[in-house]
Amino acid sequence: MGMSTVQSHPNIITTTADWVFSWARRSSLWWLQFGLACCAIEMISSAMPRFDLAERFGMLYRASPRQADLMIVAGTVTKKMAPVVRQLYDQMADPKWVISMGSCANVGGPFDTYAVVQGVDQVIPVDIYVPGCPPVPEALYYGVLELQNRIIRYERLKQRYGLEAAEADRQEQREAARAALGPRSSGAR
Amino acid sequence: MDWQRLLVSYFVGFVLLNVLLGLMAYMTWFERRVLARMQHRVGPNRTGPFGLLQPIADGIKLLAKEDIVPANADRLVFLVAPLLSFALAPLGAAVIPFGETLHLFGLEIPLLVADINVAVLYVLALGSIGVYGIILGGYASGNRYSLLGALRSTAQVISYELVLGLSLVGVFILAGSLSLQDILREQQRALVIGPLTLPNWYILSQPLAFALFLIAAVAETNRAPFDLPEAETELVAGYFTEYSGFRFSFYFLAEYINMIVVSLLAATLFLGGIDGPFVDGVWWLALKALFFLFFYVWLRATLPRFRYDQLMGLAWKVLLPLALLNIGLTGLVRLWGIGAL
Repeated sequence: MGMSTVQSHPNIITTTADWVFSWARRSSLWWLQFGLACCAIEMISSAMPRFDLAERFGMLYRASPRQADLMIVAGTVTKKMAPVVRQLYDQMADPKWVISMGSCANVGGPFDTYAVVQGVDQVIPVDIYVPGCPPVPEALYYGVLELQNRIIRYERLKQRYGLEAAEADRQEQREAARAALGPRSSGAR
Repeated sequence: MDWQRLLVSYFVGFVLLNVLLGLMAYMTWFERRVLARMQHRVGPNRTGPFGLLQPIADGIKLLAKEDIVPANADRLVFLVAPLLSFALAPLGAAVIPFGETLHLFGLEIPLLVADINVAVLYVLALGSIGVYGIILGGYASGNRYSLLGALRSTAQVISYELVLGLSLVGVFILAGSLSLQDILREQQRALVIGPLTLPNWYILSQPLAFALFLIAAVAETNRAPFDLPEAETELVAGYFTEYSGFRFSFYFLAEYINMIVVSLLAATLFLGGIDGPFVDGVWWLALKALFFLFFYVWLRATLPRFRYDQLMGLAWKVLLPLALLNIGLTGLVRLWGIGAL
């Protein structure tokens, strides 16, 4: 679904309103305050004075999943933790986005064992994968900025082709990102 | 011409409400920027110039978010509680005088919504009723964290309400009235001590009451370091854990409007309100209230949260006896008529 093929002429009022919602959603991404392993330390440091990722982009951490828009899965997802992560994701209010941070959350990392989920995308849908072990704060920034682009794209598609097309495109993007990670172990060794 | 005065009063109230809502939005921006500066960070600066559009982005996003009602929530109460909290918050500002009476087009426009003779009592009562919004929301959520947050808030507000009320008794003794207009008029007189001529602001004659009022007001509005009802480390988000989208934003609005109203009240009661050097006016009140709002943010950046028993101990063992002592001293001074007081 290319953006250049758009021919329709939406109403100027609805266009502006949709633009405002898209802008508001991407400039006020409140993230869920939780960390799973050592990547969380790097995530915290990116919110701290030296990098100040959170506040500069209007991101505020909320402890309650009901008030969060963005879930950053920072760290190893063990099989014991996976249901909890899923529950937290389910408790978040729509529209919600997920960033998988670090190799462990992306593909299981070095822990190719019976106890570790080989990628958090087996539990919840992931929009952005940030590689690294752990990713430096700049990498997390880049992931957040990419997510903002993804939100703009999603809102624009939703406005022009409807919710289903936007969701389909989002799913396509997720699968493309997942395929780019390469093959991974089944985890049942 | 009673209906005319009623209309003027409605109009002033409407303007005041809108100003409060706008101020509240920019209070969040102010808080985030000042807090960031104090923590050697930058704060929101990507959304508009200096991040000035950040409150608008937050508001629109919250409006457009999904409105979740938990399955085991008490549905009706859950939906009404944030509205209750939000509706009661700006009412306190109705009795605060914003200036002398204006004369426009032959109309008398008093710059306050209602001059009632028990104004301070009315504000204190609103503070007590405001707890209902919190406790009903916490109870109706069907969540342990919410209920615990609501219970903490109730206990805290009841304890500190007492200190708040008693700390003001000294001011009442000196002013001889509960009306904010009268208290303001008393403060506009000059206080002559020997060669010194000072404004008769009650912060000078009631410093202890001022300190007590300040501490109790922070606790009353559930702000740091007394923000136990919403302590992230223990209670997720306290009484609004289960609230999402715009219902959460109602609680948020209520909290910030309460802060603004308490700041205005403190400025009027102790710092002479609209009274100031050169020309009296609403700008002095705004400046004083801004100082108190800054003080709130300053406290949040400086102090860690109290433990619950410390909080209660502080209220009942330290602040309450001090408030009683203040009343006794003020009464004696008034009785013997020392100085110009």
